[in-house]
Amino acid sequence: MSFSFNARNVVVALVLLGLALLPVYSAVSGNIFILTLFTRIIIFALAAASLNLIMGYGGMMSFGHAAYLGIGGYAVGILAFEGIGSGFIQWPVALAVSALYGLVIGALSLRTRGVYFIMITLAFAQMAYYIASGLSRYGGDDGLTIYKRSDFGGLINLSNRVQFYYLCLGCLFGGLYLIWRIVNSRFGMVVRGVRSNEQRMQAIGFHANRYRLVCFVISGTICGLAGALLANNTDFVSPAVMYWTRSGDLMVMVILGGMGSLFGPVIGAILYLVLEELLSQFTEYWALIMGPLLLLIVLFARGGIMGLLGRLSRG
Amino acid sequence: MAEPLLRVENLVRRYGGIVATDNLSLDVIPGELHAIIGPNGAGKTTLISQLTGQVMPNSGAIHFAGREVTHLPSYKRSRLGLARSFQITSLLPDFTACDNVALAAQAHDGHSFHFWGAARKEKALRDAAQAALTRVGLEKRADVPVSELSHGEQRELELAVALATRPQLLLLDEPMAGLGVTESQRMVALLKELRREVTIVLVEHDMEAVFALADRITVLVYGRVIASGLPDAIRNNDEVKRAYLGDQHAVTANG
Amino acid sequence: MLVLVEQSLNGLQFGLLLFLLAAGLTLVFGIMDFVNLAHGSLYMMGAYFAATFVAWTNSFVLGIVLALGATLLLGIALEFIALRHLYGRDHLDQVLATFGLILFFNDAVRLIWGPAGLALPLPAWLTVPVQIMPGVSYPAYRLAIIAVALAVAAMLYVVVMRTRIGMLIRAGASNREMIGALGINIKLLFTLVFGLGAALAGLAGLMQAPILTVQIGMGENILILAFVIIVIGGIGSIRGAFLAAIFVGMIDTLGRAFLPDLLRMVLSSAAASTAAPALSSMLIYLLMAIVLVVRPEGLFPAAKR
Repeated sequence: MSFSFNARNVVVALVLLGLALLPVYSAVSGNIFILTLFTRIIIFALAAASLNLIMGYGGMMSFGHAAYLGIGGYAVGILAFEGIGSGFIQWPVALAVSALYGLVIGALSLRTRGVYFIMITLAFAQMAYYIASGLSRYGGDDGLTIYKRSDFGGLINLSNRVQFYYLCLGCLFGGLYLIWRIVNSRFGMVVRGVRSNEQRMQAIGFHANRYRLVCFVISGTICGLAGALLANNTDFVSPAVMYWTRSGDLMVMVILGGMGSLFGPVIGAILYLVLEELLSQFTEYWALIMGPLLLLIVLFARGGIMGLLGRLSRG
Repeated sequence: MAEPLLRVENLVRRYGGIVATDNLSLDVIPGELHAIIGPNGAGKTTLISQLTGQVMPNSGAIHFAGREVTHLPSYKRSRLGLARSFQITSLLPDFTACDNVALAAQAHDGHSFHFWGAARKEKALRDAAQAALTRVGLEKRADVPVSELSHGEQRELELAVALATRPQLLLLDEPMAGLGVTESQRMVALLKELRREVTIVLVEHDMEAVFALADRITVLVYGRVIASGLPDAIRNNDEVKRAYLGDQHAVTANG
Repeated sequence: MLVLVEQSLNGLQFGLLLFLLAAGLTLVFGIMDFVNLAHGSLYMMGAYFAATFVAWTNSFVLGIVLALGATLLLGIALEFIALRHLYGRDHLDQVLATFGLILFFNDAVRLIWGPAGLALPLPAWLTVPVQIMPGVSYPAYRLAIIAVALAVAAMLYVVVMRTRIGMLIRAGASNREMIGALGINIKLLFTLVFGLGAALAGLAGLMQAPILTVQIGMGENILILAFVIIVIGGIGSIRGAFLAAIFVGMIDTLGRAFLPDLLRMVLSSAAASTAAPALSSMLIYLLMAIVLVVRPEGLFPAAKR
């Protein structure tokens, strides 16, 4: 990957650098809040990046992605509740259950296209929400407190804010790298081709849905990891994390940042969550501004921020 | 006579009240260039779509290389060696010409569940793509995004993509649609070369090209075969003339 | 037995309400190719308007008529100001934009009416039980809902299938340019269709208001059910939406009513009372999953265009 000095690349580099150095700033300035805020942002950036894989590259508009945040979170929460505190067990379970959910839901949902796919993924995520609400042993609607974060032995202490931040950042960078490799691999080319022209891909010999399904599962698994991180971050998991508006939030982050661009979701997550934070300090009714703002963005800023920067780069 | 590479038996396809394919039978011998002609609305594209699997017939059978493929999905037929170009250009607009062809080559080079190595760097695929592009004369336009290619170049690319799948049977649906005179001539010359390597079914309106290339011609009207045979026989066939030129000639011919 | 009849009627009533909602959604999607997530918000506004106007005018009937009118106007205004610019856009853009509207409406409602929610009390003449069968009585209001919803469904059928306007609507769905070329003002047609959809949503909302609480977010929960109905019923099919809605309404209501008892026979009481609500909410989605496996195009898809 050759690096050229244009607006887009410079912004991305600065953002990544900023994220890497944030704990230093936080330590120096004594501002703990910004550290916890950005831990949360990074986790959502990972979730958004996983959604971008199926949406931006795969053309699958899933409105149920938040379900994986819940699955990953509940895997950690339930196991912790039942006395299994080791991250070495919790996290693989989170990934495995996410993958399984993705497989089943994907196989069913991919029998449809377009709007119907959107509706169905939405419906299934809501189903997951209701299931979680019904788990009275694990708090039901009130949620489940996680008294002890995932234990990784002497390797890393998740209760240490800085260590946890860097773990999340590591997961984000790792996830982005994985996605980058996938997208440029044979598999990724097929998925992108299917998005571009499914009929053509079928005609040259690719079973489109099989590739879509695998992509869907990979994406869900990565988001499951984000879910496990999120549960650790909030020391809490509840059905609300899977409520369909959360899936909407993820979609907005992807689109705001620029669909189909590798770092778009990171930019999108930062922008959306920072904006949400600023607006809610300003007014309790921040959605009154956010709502129409979204509408305006859709109408006028196609391609999101990365698209905007790309246009600037081309001059 | 050699065992037909493609055998179509009593194919029927209805759309509500319309019979697009009306008890159609035909066969294609290996090595020949078999043209299918007919006035607009004759159901030529519908036929091609049923042969390659984009559309499923209501009844009838299609046999390819000895296998029954009537209800096989299109990606499976491609793997068996059946390739097609589309009448309305159907390429991957977000990719370059080379990417389009390389993907076709990739489809026939084992499975694609490789998640790590960069596909664009695979020499074998790139070489196969370049070869196909050179065949159709597009080697200099390899890295141009499809959306920036001219219409003629896109038609040529359609052919390159089909070729990259190493087909036994090439179904070309109006490859010369929208081409200018020079481009058409180039396409005809190309097809003359290709016919020596692969069996071709050619749907075309360009009569000059058809009569210059075809070993046999089948004429379709309203989804039915009204004539099939050697070019000269077709040229002199009354029904064919009537179908193309209208009923007035039939009336005058019959007094 | 009594309970079965009562619950079946409840299921029918719920199903009909869902149909009104789903019909509006299908109409707008079928004719304008527009996905409107804010449809649920219109449902909510119908309920809020109803509660407010009934309180102001002290008349139930006047209040709901005003509410219906207000929702219709709101829908038209929304279409005119914002949504018409999204026709022809990617469905994803439409999903996102209307998602933004949901956020906006929820907060706007919270600002104007407060977070607590409202109640819409019924007038006395609607609370009397009606004897529908010897020994079986059913609340008048619920019967009224069934009657109104059936009437609206019938009207919808007649308008769409038998009138010139309906023909224009159906033609507009297949070929917009041609309709424009015929000199019909397609923008006006679309605005009217959207208004109709909004009115249907508002009607469903205000009818439901006395039975459930009027609260923020009520639209989203039911919107998803409307989506499920459209998927089960079939692509682009109002008839499919009708049948699927009744089906879903019955299953959901009967499930919630009888599943706890059924489960109690098999599981412990505590387990049953926690599993039952979750399971009964899941029933609909299971149904949808089954339909997807067996007939992905829906049970009664409209004829291919």
